[in-house]
Amino acid sequence: MTDTTTDIYIRPEFEVSKLETATNVDVERRLSLIERISNINAVRKFTILLGLVAIWEIYTRIGDVEPLLFPTFSDSAVVLWETLLSGLMLEKVWVSLYVLVLGYIAGVVLAAAFLVFAVMSRIGSDFLSTMTAMFQPLPAISLLPLAMLWFGLGVPSLVFVTIHSVLWAVALSTHTGFMQVSETLRMVGRNYGLRGIPYVFMILVPAAFASILTGLKVGWAFAWRTLIGAELVFGAASGEGGLGWMIYEKGDNLDTPYVFAALFAVIVIGLIVENLIFRNVEISTVQKWGMQR
Amino acid sequence: MSATKDLTTEAAGVTPAAAAVEPVLDVDGVTLQYKTKEHLITATYRVSFQTYPADRFVILGPSGCGKSTLLKGIAGYLHPVEGEMRLKGNVIKDPGPDRCMVFQEFDQLLPWKTVMGNITFALLNGGKCETQAEAREIAYEYIRKVKLDRFEDTFPHMLSGGMKQRVAIARAMAMEPDVLLMDEPFAALDALTRRQMQEELLQLWDDTRFTVIFVTHSIEEAVIVGSRILIMSPHPGQVKAEVNAHLHTHDDVGGEDFRALQGRIHDMIFADRVLEEETQPQHV
Repeated sequence: MTDTTTDIYIRPEFEVSKLETATNVDVERRLSLIERISNINAVRKFTILLGLVAIWEIYTRIGDVEPLLFPTFSDSAVVLWETLLSGLMLEKVWVSLYVLVLGYIAGVVLAAAFLVFAVMSRIGSDFLSTMTAMFQPLPAISLLPLAMLWFGLGVPSLVFVTIHSVLWAVALSTHTGFMQVSETLRMVGRNYGLRGIPYVFMILVPAAFASILTGLKVGWAFAWRTLIGAELVFGAASGEGGLGWMIYEKGDNLDTPYVFAALFAVIVIGLIVENLIFRNVEISTVQKWGMQR
Repeated sequence: MSATKDLTTEAAGVTPAAAAVEPVLDVDGVTLQYKTKEHLITATYRVSFQTYPADRFVILGPSGCGKSTLLKGIAGYLHPVEGEMRLKGNVIKDPGPDRCMVFQEFDQLLPWKTVMGNITFALLNGGKCETQAEAREIAYEYIRKVKLDRFEDTFPHMLSGGMKQRVAIARAMAMEPDVLLMDEPFAALDALTRRQMQEELLQLWDDTRFTVIFVTHSIEEAVIVGSRILIMSPHPGQVKAEVNAHLHTHDDVGGEDFRALQGRIHDMIFADRVLEEETQPQHV
Protein backbone atom coordinates (compact mmCIF):
# COMPACT_ATOMS: atom_id res chain seq x y z
CA MET A 1 0.00 0.00 0.00
CA THR A 2 1.03 3.58 -0.47
CA ASP A 3 2.01 5.60 2.53
CA THR A 4 -0.03 8.61 1.54
CA THR A 5 -3.07 9.08 3.74
CA THR A 6 -5.91 11.44 2.99
CA ASP A 7 -6.54 13.93 5.74
CA ILE A 8 -10.07 14.86 6.65
CA TYR A 9 -10.99 18.18 5.12
CA ILE A 10 -12.52 20.12 7.97
CA ARG A 11 -15.12 22.62 6.80
CA PRO A 12 -17.05 25.23 8.71
CA GLU A 13 -20.43 24.17 10.11
CA PHE A 14 -23.60 25.91 9.08
CA GLU A 15 -27.27 25.99 9.85
CA VAL A 16 -29.97 27.47 7.66
CA SER A 17 -31.98 29.98 9.65
CA LYS A 18 -34.98 30.14 7.33
CA LEU A 19 -35.87 27.65 4.59
CA GLU A 20 -36.88 29.26 1.30
CA THR A 21 -40.30 28.40 -0.05
CA ALA A 22 -40.48 26.38 -3.26
CA THR A 23 -41.93 28.76 -5.84
CA ASN A 24 -40.93 27.62 -9.29
CA VAL A 25 -41.92 23.92 -8.99
CA ASP A 26 -45.28 22.27 -8.42
CA VAL A 27 -45.13 20.65 -5.02
CA GLU A 28 -48.26 18.71 -5.91
CA ARG A 29 -49.95 18.77 -9.31
CA ARG A 30 -53.03 17.04 -10.64
CA LEU A 31 -52.24 14.79 -13.60
CA SER A 32 -53.68 15.75 -16.99
CA LEU A 33 -56.96 14.22 -18.15
CA ILE A 34 -55.28 11.87 -20.61
CA GLU A 35 -52.82 10.70 -17.99
CA ARG A 36 -55.65 10.04 -15.56
CA ILE A 37 -57.80 8.16 -18.09
CA SER A 38 -54.90 6.03 -19.26
CA ASN A 39 -54.27 5.10 -15.64
CA ILE A 40 -57.60 3.29 -15.50
CA ASN A 41 -56.99 -0.41 -16.06
CA ALA A 42 -60.36 -1.11 -17.65
CA VAL A 43 -59.90 1.64 -20.22
CA ARG A 44 -56.57 0.29 -21.40
CA LYS A 45 -57.79 -3.31 -21.57
CA PHE A 46 -61.01 -2.34 -23.34
CA THR A 47 -59.01 -0.47 -25.96
CA ILE A 48 -57.07 -3.65 -26.71
CA LEU A 49 -60.35 -5.56 -27.08
CA LEU A 50 -61.75 -2.94 -29.46
CA GLY A 51 -58.58 -3.18 -31.53
CA LEU A 52 -58.89 -6.99 -31.81
CA VAL A 53 -62.55 -6.75 -32.80
CA ALA A 54 -61.68 -4.16 -35.46
CA ILE A 55 -58.97 -6.39 -36.94
CA TRP A 56 -61.41 -9.35 -37.05
CA GLU A 57 -64.18 -7.33 -38.72
CA ILE A 58 -61.85 -5.78 -41.29
CA TYR A 59 -60.16 -9.09 -42.10
CA THR A 60 -63.41 -11.00 -42.64
CA ARG A 61 -64.89 -8.20 -44.77
CA ILE A 62 -61.88 -7.35 -46.94
CA GLY A 63 -60.25 -10.77 -47.09
CA ASP A 64 -61.92 -13.48 -49.17
CA VAL A 65 -63.14 -15.49 -46.21
CA GLU A 66 -65.85 -18.13 -46.43
CA PRO A 67 -68.50 -16.91 -43.92
CA LEU A 68 -69.53 -20.48 -43.13
CA LEU A 69 -66.04 -21.10 -41.73
CA PHE A 70 -65.32 -17.68 -40.26
CA PRO A 71 -68.23 -15.26 -39.92
CA THR A 72 -67.72 -11.56 -39.38
CA PHE A 73 -67.75 -10.19 -35.87
CA SER A 74 -70.96 -8.31 -36.55
CA ASP A 75 -72.78 -11.48 -37.71
CA SER A 76 -71.73 -13.33 -34.56
CA ALA A 77 -72.72 -10.39 -32.39
CA VAL A 78 -76.12 -10.21 -34.05
CA VAL A 79 -76.71 -13.94 -33.44
CA LEU A 80 -75.63 -13.51 -29.82
CA TRP A 81 -78.13 -10.67 -29.43
CA GLU A 82 -80.93 -12.65 -31.10
CA THR A 83 -80.35 -15.76 -29.03
CA LEU A 84 -80.27 -13.61 -25.92
CA LEU A 85 -83.61 -12.09 -26.85
CA SER A 86 -85.19 -15.41 -27.77
CA GLY A 87 -84.08 -16.88 -24.47
CA LEU A 88 -82.16 -19.74 -26.12
CA MET A 89 -78.79 -18.48 -24.92
CA LEU A 90 -79.95 -17.83 -21.36
CA GLU A 91 -81.38 -21.33 -21.23
CA LYS A 92 -78.05 -22.85 -22.31
CA VAL A 93 -76.13 -20.61 -19.89
CA TRP A 94 -78.47 -21.63 -17.10
CA VAL A 95 -78.00 -25.37 -17.80
CA SER A 96 -74.19 -24.99 -17.74
CA LEU A 97 -74.08 -22.70 -14.71
CA TYR A 98 -76.38 -24.98 -12.74
CA VAL A 99 -74.03 -27.96 -13.19
CA LEU A 100 -71.03 -25.75 -12.56
CA VAL A 101 -72.29 -24.28 -9.29
CA LEU A 102 -73.30 -27.74 -8.10
CA GLY A 103 -69.86 -29.18 -8.84
CA TYR A 104 -68.02 -26.11 -7.55
CA ILE A 105 -69.76 -26.02 -4.19
CA ALA A 106 -69.39 -29.78 -3.71
CA GLY A 107 -65.69 -29.51 -4.62
CA VAL A 108 -65.04 -26.66 -2.20
CA VAL A 109 -66.89 -28.39 0.64
CA LEU A 110 -64.92 -31.60 0.06
CA ALA A 111 -61.67 -29.60 -0.06
CA ALA A 112 -62.55 -27.92 3.26
CA ALA A 113 -63.20 -31.31 4.87
CA PHE A 114 -59.87 -32.69 3.62
CA LEU A 115 -58.09 -29.54 4.82
CA VAL A 116 -59.48 -29.61 8.33
CA PHE A 117 -58.37 -33.23 8.51
CA ALA A 118 -54.96 -32.23 7.16
CA VAL A 119 -54.47 -29.45 9.73
CA MET A 120 -55.50 -31.65 12.64
CA SER A 121 -53.17 -34.55 12.02
CA ARG A 122 -49.95 -35.40 10.29
CA ILE A 123 -51.51 -38.41 8.55
CA GLY A 124 -54.23 -36.11 7.22
CA SER A 125 -51.62 -33.75 5.89
CA ASP A 126 -49.71 -36.61 4.25
CA PHE A 127 -52.92 -37.99 2.80
CA LEU A 128 -53.87 -34.65 1.31
CA SER A 129 -50.49 -33.95 -0.21
CA THR A 130 -50.35 -37.45 -1.73
CA MET A 131 -53.84 -37.12 -3.17
CA THR A 132 -53.22 -33.66 -4.63
CA ALA A 133 -49.90 -34.81 -6.07
CA MET A 134 -51.74 -37.68 -7.78
CA PHE A 135 -54.86 -35.93 -9.02
CA GLN A 136 -53.70 -32.36 -9.65
CA PRO A 137 -51.77 -33.23 -12.86
CA LEU A 138 -54.59 -35.48 -14.08
CA PRO A 139 -56.95 -33.59 -16.42
CA ALA A 140 -60.40 -33.98 -14.89
CA ILE A 141 -61.88 -34.52 -18.35
CA SER A 142 -59.93 -37.76 -18.64
CA LEU A 143 -62.18 -39.18 -15.94
CA LEU A 144 -65.25 -38.54 -18.08
CA PRO A 145 -65.38 -42.02 -19.74
CA LEU A 146 -65.29 -43.63 -16.28
CA ALA A 147 -67.89 -41.22 -15.00
CA MET A 148 -70.13 -42.07 -17.95
CA LEU A 149 -69.80 -45.76 -17.09
CA TRP A 150 -70.59 -45.18 -13.43
CA PHE A 151 -73.21 -42.45 -13.55
CA GLY A 152 -74.55 -42.61 -17.11
CA LEU A 153 -75.01 -39.76 -19.57
CA GLY A 154 -76.31 -36.97 -17.43
CA VAL A 155 -75.77 -34.30 -14.82
CA PRO A 156 -74.12 -36.60 -12.23
CA SER A 157 -71.24 -37.39 -14.63
CA LEU A 158 -70.70 -33.70 -15.36
CA VAL A 159 -70.78 -32.84 -11.67
CA PHE A 160 -68.29 -35.62 -10.97
CA VAL A 161 -65.66 -34.28 -13.38
CA THR A 162 -66.32 -30.71 -12.23
CA ILE A 163 -65.72 -31.70 -8.62
CA HIS A 164 -62.43 -33.25 -9.64
CA SER A 165 -61.31 -30.11 -11.39
CA VAL A 166 -62.09 -27.89 -8.37
CA LEU A 167 -61.22 -30.06 -5.41
CA TRP A 168 -57.49 -30.56 -5.93
CA ALA A 169 -56.74 -27.04 -7.08
CA VAL A 170 -58.46 -25.52 -4.05
CA ALA A 171 -57.03 -28.07 -1.62
CA LEU A 172 -53.49 -27.68 -2.91
CA SER A 173 -53.28 -23.92 -2.80
CA THR A 174 -55.11 -23.63 0.52
CA HIS A 175 -52.80 -26.21 2.05
CA THR A 176 -49.79 -24.33 0.73
CA GLY A 177 -51.30 -21.14 2.14
CA PHE A 178 -51.73 -22.73 5.57
CA MET A 179 -48.13 -23.89 5.60
CA GLN A 180 -46.97 -20.35 4.88
CA VAL A 181 -48.78 -18.81 7.85
CA SER A 182 -46.04 -17.35 10.00
CA GLU A 183 -45.04 -18.99 13.26
CA THR A 184 -45.66 -15.68 15.03
CA LEU A 185 -49.33 -15.52 13.99
CA ARG A 186 -49.80 -19.14 15.02
CA MET A 187 -48.30 -18.41 18.43
CA VAL A 188 -50.49 -15.31 18.81
CA GLY A 189 -53.58 -17.42 18.12
CA ARG A 190 -52.60 -20.00 20.68
CA ASN A 191 -51.62 -17.32 23.19
CA TYR A 192 -55.21 -16.04 23.23
CA GLY A 193 -56.63 -19.49 23.74
CA LEU A 194 -57.56 -20.64 20.22
CA ARG A 195 -57.49 -24.40 19.57
CA GLY A 196 -58.92 -26.82 17.03
CA ILE A 197 -61.58 -25.68 14.56
CA PRO A 198 -61.81 -22.07 15.86
CA TYR A 199 -58.03 -21.84 15.42
CA VAL A 200 -58.33 -22.99 11.80
CA PHE A 201 -61.11 -20.55 10.95
CA MET A 202 -59.97 -17.54 12.97
CA ILE A 203 -56.23 -17.70 12.31
CA LEU A 204 -55.27 -20.02 9.45
CA VAL A 205 -58.09 -19.21 7.01
CA PRO A 206 -57.83 -15.41 7.13
CA ALA A 207 -54.02 -15.52 7.26
CA ALA A 208 -53.92 -17.76 4.18
CA PHE A 209 -56.78 -16.01 2.45
CA ALA A 210 -54.69 -14.76 -0.46
CA SER A 211 -53.73 -18.35 -1.33
CA ILE A 212 -57.27 -19.60 -0.74
CA LEU A 213 -58.60 -17.00 -3.14
CA THR A 214 -56.02 -17.99 -5.75
CA GLY A 215 -57.12 -21.61 -5.31
CA LEU A 216 -60.77 -20.67 -5.71
CA LYS A 217 -59.96 -18.70 -8.86
CA VAL A 218 -57.88 -21.47 -10.40
CA GLY A 219 -60.53 -24.00 -9.37
CA TRP A 220 -63.23 -21.90 -10.99
CA ALA A 221 -61.28 -21.64 -14.26
CA PHE A 222 -60.57 -25.40 -14.27
CA ALA A 223 -64.20 -26.18 -13.54
CA TRP A 224 -65.55 -23.94 -16.29
CA ARG A 225 -63.13 -25.38 -18.85
CA THR A 226 -63.74 -28.97 -17.81
CA LEU A 227 -67.48 -28.53 -17.88
CA ILE A 228 -67.59 -26.95 -21.34
CA GLY A 229 -65.22 -29.66 -22.53
CA ALA A 230 -67.36 -32.42 -21.07
CA GLU A 231 -70.49 -30.97 -22.62
CA LEU A 232 -68.81 -31.20 -26.01
CA VAL A 233 -68.85 -34.96 -25.58
CA PHE A 234 -72.50 -35.20 -24.68
CA GLY A 235 -75.22 -32.78 -23.65
CA ALA A 236 -77.14 -33.49 -20.53
CA ALA A 237 -79.69 -36.28 -20.79
CA SER A 238 -82.79 -35.77 -22.98
CA GLY A 239 -80.94 -33.46 -25.37
CA GLU A 240 -81.02 -30.54 -22.93
CA GLY A 241 -77.40 -29.46 -23.32
CA GLY A 242 -75.52 -26.43 -22.03
CA LEU A 243 -73.13 -24.08 -23.78
CA GLY A 244 -70.60 -26.79 -24.67
CA TRP A 245 -73.31 -28.88 -26.27
CA MET A 246 -74.49 -25.81 -28.23
CA ILE A 247 -70.97 -25.25 -29.56
CA TYR A 248 -70.74 -28.88 -30.68
CA GLU A 249 -74.25 -29.08 -32.14
CA LYS A 250 -74.11 -25.81 -34.07
CA GLY A 251 -70.61 -26.55 -35.34
CA ASP A 252 -71.88 -29.85 -36.68
CA ASN A 253 -74.65 -28.03 -38.54
CA LEU A 254 -72.25 -25.36 -39.89
CA ASP A 255 -74.16 -22.66 -37.97
CA THR A 256 -70.82 -20.99 -37.36
CA PRO A 257 -72.15 -17.63 -36.08
CA TYR A 258 -73.94 -19.60 -33.35
CA VAL A 259 -70.66 -21.29 -32.42
CA PHE A 260 -69.03 -17.90 -32.04
CA ALA A 261 -71.99 -16.58 -30.07
CA ALA A 262 -71.70 -19.52 -27.67
CA LEU A 263 -67.95 -18.99 -27.37
CA PHE A 264 -68.61 -15.32 -26.54
CA ALA A 265 -70.97 -16.40 -23.81
CA VAL A 266 -68.33 -18.75 -22.36
CA ILE A 267 -65.74 -15.97 -22.39
CA VAL A 268 -68.07 -13.30 -21.01
CA ILE A 269 -69.17 -15.49 -18.11
CA GLY A 270 -65.52 -16.20 -17.36
CA LEU A 271 -64.72 -12.48 -17.39
CA ILE A 272 -67.69 -11.58 -15.21
CA VAL A 273 -66.83 -14.12 -12.55
CA GLU A 274 -63.15 -13.17 -12.58
CA ASN A 275 -63.49 -9.39 -12.79
CA LEU A 276 -66.68 -8.76 -10.87
CA ILE A 277 -66.99 -11.49 -8.29
CA PHE A 278 -63.41 -12.48 -7.47
CA ARG A 279 -62.05 -8.99 -7.98
CA ASN A 280 -64.52 -7.49 -5.52
CA VAL A 281 -63.86 -10.19 -2.98
CA GLU A 282 -60.16 -9.42 -3.34
CA ILE A 283 -60.66 -5.69 -2.90
CA SER A 284 -62.75 -6.09 0.23
CA THR A 285 -60.43 -8.65 1.81
CA VAL A 286 -56.77 -9.22 0.99
CA GLN A 287 -56.26 -5.78 -0.54
CA LYS A 288 -57.95 -4.01 2.33
CA TRP A 289 -55.76 -6.00 4.73
CA GLY A 290 -52.58 -5.10 2.84
CA MET A 291 -51.77 -8.74 2.01
CA GLN A 292 -51.89 -8.11 -1.71
CA ARG A 293 -51.33 -4.99 -3.79
CA MET B 1 -18.33 -23.84 31.93
CA SER B 2 -19.65 -22.71 35.27
CA ALA B 3 -16.55 -24.15 36.90
CA THR B 4 -14.44 -21.29 35.55
CA LYS B 5 -16.49 -18.74 37.40
CA ASP B 6 -14.35 -15.88 38.59
CA LEU B 7 -17.10 -13.36 38.96
CA THR B 8 -16.99 -10.50 41.31
CA THR B 9 -18.67 -11.99 44.35
CA GLU B 10 -21.35 -9.32 44.51
CA ALA B 11 -23.02 -10.60 41.36
CA ALA B 12 -23.31 -14.22 42.35
CA GLY B 13 -26.04 -15.50 44.62
CA VAL B 14 -27.89 -12.29 45.31
CA THR B 15 -31.02 -13.04 47.27
CA PRO B 16 -34.18 -11.03 46.64
CA ALA B 17 -34.45 -8.07 48.95
CA ALA B 18 -38.00 -8.82 50.03
CA ALA B 19 -37.97 -12.57 50.63
CA ALA B 20 -41.45 -12.44 52.15
CA VAL B 21 -43.04 -11.53 48.80
CA GLU B 22 -44.32 -14.48 46.77
CA PRO B 23 -42.84 -14.71 43.28
CA VAL B 24 -45.20 -14.40 40.32
CA LEU B 25 -43.15 -16.72 38.26
CA ASP B 26 -40.84 -19.41 39.55
CA VAL B 27 -38.54 -21.01 37.01
CA ASP B 28 -36.98 -24.01 38.64
CA GLY B 29 -34.07 -25.88 37.08
CA VAL B 30 -35.48 -25.71 33.59
CA THR B 31 -33.76 -27.44 30.69
CA LEU B 32 -35.28 -26.71 27.31
CA GLN B 33 -34.50 -28.55 24.11
CA TYR B 34 -35.75 -28.17 20.60
CA LYS B 35 -35.21 -30.16 17.45
CA THR B 36 -34.13 -28.93 14.06
CA LYS B 37 -34.22 -31.28 11.08
CA GLU B 38 -30.87 -32.77 12.01
CA HIS B 39 -30.00 -31.78 15.56
CA LEU B 40 -31.38 -31.81 19.03
CA ILE B 41 -30.33 -28.55 20.59
CA THR B 42 -30.23 -27.83 24.27
CA ALA B 43 -31.19 -24.20 24.47
CA THR B 44 -31.12 -23.72 28.21
CA TYR B 45 -29.59 -25.88 30.90
CA ARG B 46 -31.01 -25.93 34.43
CA VAL B 47 -32.05 -22.32 34.49
CA SER B 48 -33.60 -21.03 37.69
CA PHE B 49 -34.89 -17.62 38.58
CA GLN B 50 -37.84 -15.92 40.22
CA THR B 51 -39.83 -12.96 39.05
CA TYR B 52 -41.61 -10.86 41.66
CA PRO B 53 -44.65 -8.60 41.29
CA ALA B 54 -43.97 -5.36 39.42
CA ASP B 55 -40.55 -6.59 38.32
CA ARG B 56 -39.17 -5.28 35.10
CA PHE B 57 -37.21 -8.45 34.69
CA VAL B 58 -34.76 -8.42 31.80
CA ILE B 59 -33.20 -11.56 30.37
CA LEU B 60 -29.98 -10.48 28.72
CA GLY B 61 -27.45 -12.47 26.79
CA PRO B 62 -25.69 -12.88 23.47
CA SER B 63 -27.46 -14.64 20.64
CA GLY B 64 -27.57 -18.40 21.17
CA CYS B 65 -27.96 -18.18 24.92
CA GLY B 66 -31.51 -19.49 24.72
CA LYS B 67 -33.19 -16.38 26.07
CA SER B 68 -35.93 -16.35 23.43
CA THR B 69 -36.41 -20.11 23.83
CA LEU B 70 -36.71 -19.59 27.56
CA LEU B 71 -39.41 -16.98 27.00
CA LYS B 72 -41.26 -19.35 24.67
CA GLY B 73 -41.04 -21.97 27.41
CA ILE B 74 -42.61 -19.55 29.90
CA ALA B 75 -45.30 -18.73 27.33
CA GLY B 76 -46.04 -22.46 27.16
CA TYR B 77 -45.03 -23.13 23.55
CA LEU B 78 -42.19 -25.42 24.66
CA HIS B 79 -42.17 -28.01 27.39
CA PRO B 80 -39.12 -28.39 29.61
CA VAL B 81 -37.35 -31.75 29.56
CA GLU B 82 -36.21 -31.12 33.12
CA GLY B 83 -37.46 -28.86 35.90
CA GLU B 84 -40.68 -26.89 35.92
CA MET B 85 -42.07 -23.41 35.67
CA ARG B 86 -44.79 -22.21 37.99
CA LEU B 87 -46.98 -19.18 37.50
CA LYS B 88 -48.51 -18.19 40.82
CA GLY B 89 -47.92 -21.74 42.01
CA ASN B 90 -49.50 -23.45 38.98
CA VAL B 91 -47.26 -25.45 36.68
CA ILE B 92 -47.17 -23.98 33.16
CA LYS B 93 -48.31 -26.53 30.59
CA ASP B 94 -49.78 -24.74 27.58
CA PRO B 95 -50.01 -21.24 26.15
CA GLY B 96 -52.66 -19.17 27.81
CA PRO B 97 -53.92 -15.62 28.15
CA ASP B 98 -52.49 -15.32 31.67
CA ARG B 99 -49.11 -14.81 30.00
CA CYS B 100 -49.34 -12.46 27.02
CA MET B 101 -46.50 -12.28 24.63
CA VAL B 102 -45.25 -9.34 22.59
CA PHE B 103 -43.06 -10.53 19.73
CA GLN B 104 -40.27 -8.85 17.85
CA GLU B 105 -41.94 -9.37 14.47
CA PHE B 106 -44.37 -6.76 13.17
CA ASP B 107 -46.57 -9.51 11.70
CA GLN B 108 -47.82 -10.46 15.15
CA LEU B 109 -50.87 -8.29 14.49
CA LEU B 110 -53.69 -9.97 12.62
CA PRO B 111 -53.63 -8.11 9.31
CA TRP B 112 -57.33 -8.74 8.70
CA LYS B 113 -58.36 -6.90 11.82
CA THR B 114 -58.17 -3.22 12.66
CA VAL B 115 -56.24 -1.90 15.65
CA MET B 116 -59.46 -2.10 17.65
CA GLY B 117 -60.26 -5.54 16.20
CA ASN B 118 -56.88 -6.92 17.16
CA ILE B 119 -57.39 -5.98 20.79
CA THR B 120 -61.04 -7.04 21.06
CA PHE B 121 -60.09 -10.34 19.38
CA ALA B 122 -57.70 -11.03 22.26
CA LEU B 123 -60.15 -9.88 24.93
CA LEU B 124 -63.04 -11.98 23.59
CA ASN B 125 -61.11 -15.15 22.77
CA GLY B 126 -58.88 -14.91 25.83
CA GLY B 127 -61.99 -15.02 28.00
CA LYS B 128 -61.49 -11.57 29.47
CA CYS B 129 -64.70 -10.09 28.08
CA GLU B 130 -68.08 -11.55 27.31
CA THR B 131 -69.58 -8.88 25.09
CA GLN B 132 -68.26 -6.90 22.16
CA ALA B 133 -69.24 -3.60 23.82
CA GLU B 134 -67.31 -4.39 26.97
CA ALA B 135 -64.28 -5.43 24.93
CA ARG B 136 -64.38 -2.25 22.85
CA GLU B 137 -64.45 -0.15 25.99
CA ILE B 138 -61.39 -1.82 27.50
CA ALA B 139 -59.61 -1.84 24.13
CA TYR B 140 -60.19 1.87 23.69
CA GLU B 141 -58.75 2.61 27.09
CA TYR B 142 -55.53 0.80 26.17
CA ILE B 143 -55.41 2.33 22.70
CA ARG B 144 -55.41 5.70 24.43
CA LYS B 145 -52.71 4.54 26.82
CA VAL B 146 -50.37 3.78 23.92
CA LYS B 147 -51.38 7.05 22.23
CA LEU B 148 -53.05 5.52 19.21
CA ASP B 149 -56.49 7.09 19.52
CA ARG B 150 -57.75 8.13 16.09
CA PHE B 151 -56.06 5.01 14.68
CA GLU B 152 -58.43 2.45 16.17
CA ASP B 153 -60.10 1.70 12.82
CA THR B 154 -56.85 1.52 10.87
CA PHE B 155 -55.57 -1.77 9.48
CA PRO B 156 -52.07 -2.80 10.63
CA HIS B 157 -50.47 -2.45 7.20
CA MET B 158 -51.09 1.30 7.32
CA LEU B 159 -49.15 1.68 10.58
CA SER B 160 -45.43 2.28 11.09
CA GLY B 161 -43.30 -0.30 12.86
CA GLY B 162 -43.36 1.59 16.14
CA MET B 163 -47.15 1.94 16.01
CA LYS B 164 -47.55 -1.77 15.29
CA GLN B 165 -45.48 -2.61 18.35
CA ARG B 166 -47.60 -0.22 20.41
CA VAL B 167 -50.74 -2.05 19.28
CA ALA B 168 -49.15 -5.36 20.22
CA ILE B 169 -48.23 -3.96 23.65
CA ALA B 170 -51.75 -2.55 24.10
CA ARG B 171 -53.25 -5.91 23.11
CA ALA B 172 -51.10 -7.79 25.60
CA MET B 173 -51.62 -5.23 28.40
CA ALA B 174 -55.39 -5.08 27.87
CA MET B 175 -55.51 -8.74 28.88
CA GLU B 176 -53.99 -7.72 32.23
CA PRO B 177 -51.91 -10.91 32.32
CA ASP B 178 -50.08 -12.12 35.40
CA VAL B 179 -46.91 -11.53 33.51
CA LEU B 180 -46.21 -9.71 30.27
CA LEU B 181 -43.64 -11.42 28.08
CA MET B 182 -41.67 -9.29 25.61
CA ASP B 183 -39.32 -10.91 23.13
CA GLU B 184 -36.98 -8.18 21.88
CA PRO B 185 -40.02 -6.04 21.10
CA PHE B 186 -38.02 -3.02 19.99
CA ALA B 187 -35.18 -4.77 18.15
CA ALA B 188 -36.65 -4.18 14.69
CA LEU B 189 -37.25 -0.47 15.28
CA ASP B 190 -34.97 2.41 14.34
CA ALA B 191 -32.87 3.88 17.13
CA LEU B 192 -35.00 7.01 17.67
CA THR B 193 -38.29 5.10 17.80
CA ARG B 194 -36.74 2.47 20.03
CA ARG B 195 -35.73 5.09 22.58
CA GLN B 196 -39.17 6.62 22.53
CA MET B 197 -40.80 3.21 22.97
CA GLN B 198 -38.55 2.41 25.93
CA GLU B 199 -39.61 5.65 27.58
CA GLU B 200 -43.27 4.95 26.91
CA LEU B 201 -42.98 1.44 28.28
CA LEU B 202 -41.48 2.82 31.49
CA GLN B 203 -44.30 5.36 31.71
CA LEU B 204 -46.90 2.62 31.25
CA TRP B 205 -45.17 0.64 33.96
CA ASP B 206 -45.28 3.65 36.25
CA ASP B 207 -49.05 3.84 35.70
CA THR B 208 -50.03 0.22 36.21
CA ARG B 209 -47.01 -1.55 37.72
CA PHE B 210 -47.41 -4.69 35.66
CA THR B 211 -44.91 -7.54 35.85
CA VAL B 212 -42.89 -7.86 32.69
CA ILE B 213 -40.19 -10.20 31.45
CA PHE B 214 -38.23 -8.51 28.73
CA VAL B 215 -35.71 -10.28 26.52
CA THR B 216 -32.99 -8.27 24.84
CA HIS B 217 -29.42 -8.51 23.65
CA SER B 218 -28.69 -4.83 24.15
CA ILE B 219 -26.93 -4.07 27.41
CA GLU B 220 -28.01 -0.45 27.28
CA GLU B 221 -31.64 -1.37 26.76
CA ALA B 222 -31.42 -3.87 29.60
CA VAL B 223 -30.13 -1.26 32.02
CA ILE B 224 -32.68 1.34 30.94
CA VAL B 225 -35.74 -0.90 30.85
CA GLY B 226 -34.94 -3.41 33.57
CA SER B 227 -35.26 -3.23 37.30
CA ARG B 228 -33.44 -6.53 37.54
CA ILE B 229 -31.28 -8.15 34.92
CA LEU B 230 -30.65 -11.85 34.46
CA ILE B 231 -27.49 -12.42 32.50
CA MET B 232 -27.18 -15.66 30.57
CA SER B 233 -24.19 -17.32 29.00
CA PRO B 234 -24.54 -19.25 25.76
CA HIS B 235 -24.24 -22.85 24.50
CA PRO B 236 -26.23 -24.00 26.33
CA GLY B 237 -27.96 -21.10 28.06
CA GLN B 238 -27.19 -20.93 31.75
CA VAL B 239 -27.70 -18.30 34.37
CA LYS B 240 -24.56 -16.30 34.86
CA ALA B 241 -25.70 -13.55 37.17
CA GLU B 242 -28.55 -11.39 38.33
CA VAL B 243 -27.97 -7.69 38.88
CA ASN B 244 -30.13 -4.78 39.98
CA ALA B 245 -30.75 -1.92 37.61
CA HIS B 246 -33.82 -0.31 39.16
CA LEU B 247 -31.98 2.98 39.71
CA HIS B 248 -31.24 3.57 36.06
CA THR B 249 -33.43 5.09 33.37
CA HIS B 250 -32.93 7.22 30.29
CA ASP B 251 -32.09 10.18 32.49
CA ASP B 252 -28.71 8.87 33.52
CA VAL B 253 -27.55 7.22 30.31
CA GLY B 254 -23.85 7.98 30.16
CA GLY B 255 -23.74 8.75 33.88
CA GLU B 256 -20.93 7.24 35.92
CA ASP B 257 -22.99 4.57 37.71
CA PHE B 258 -24.80 3.68 34.52
CA ARG B 259 -21.54 3.22 32.67
CA ALA B 260 -20.07 1.22 35.50
CA LEU B 261 -22.99 -1.19 35.49
CA GLN B 262 -22.91 -1.42 31.73
CA GLY B 263 -19.20 -2.20 31.91
CA ARG B 264 -19.69 -4.84 34.55
CA ILE B 265 -22.34 -6.59 32.49
CA HIS B 266 -20.24 -6.26 29.39
CA ASP B 267 -17.32 -7.95 31.11
CA MET B 268 -19.48 -10.84 32.26
CA ILE B 269 -20.73 -11.49 28.75
CA PHE B 270 -17.38 -10.86 27.17
CA ALA B 271 -15.59 -13.26 29.52
CA ASP B 272 -17.70 -16.03 28.05
CA ARG B 273 -16.88 -15.13 24.51
CA VAL B 274 -13.15 -15.40 25.14
CA LEU B 275 -13.67 -18.73 26.81
CA GLU B 276 -15.69 -19.94 23.88
CA GLU B 277 -13.08 -18.95 21.34
CA GLU B 278 -10.46 -20.83 23.32
CA THR B 279 -12.43 -24.01 23.66
CA GLN B 280 -14.02 -24.15 20.24
CA PRO B 281 -11.13 -25.54 18.14
CA GLN B 282 -10.80 -28.60 20.35
CA HIS B 283 -14.29 -29.75 19.41
CA VAL B 284 -13.77 -29.42 15.70
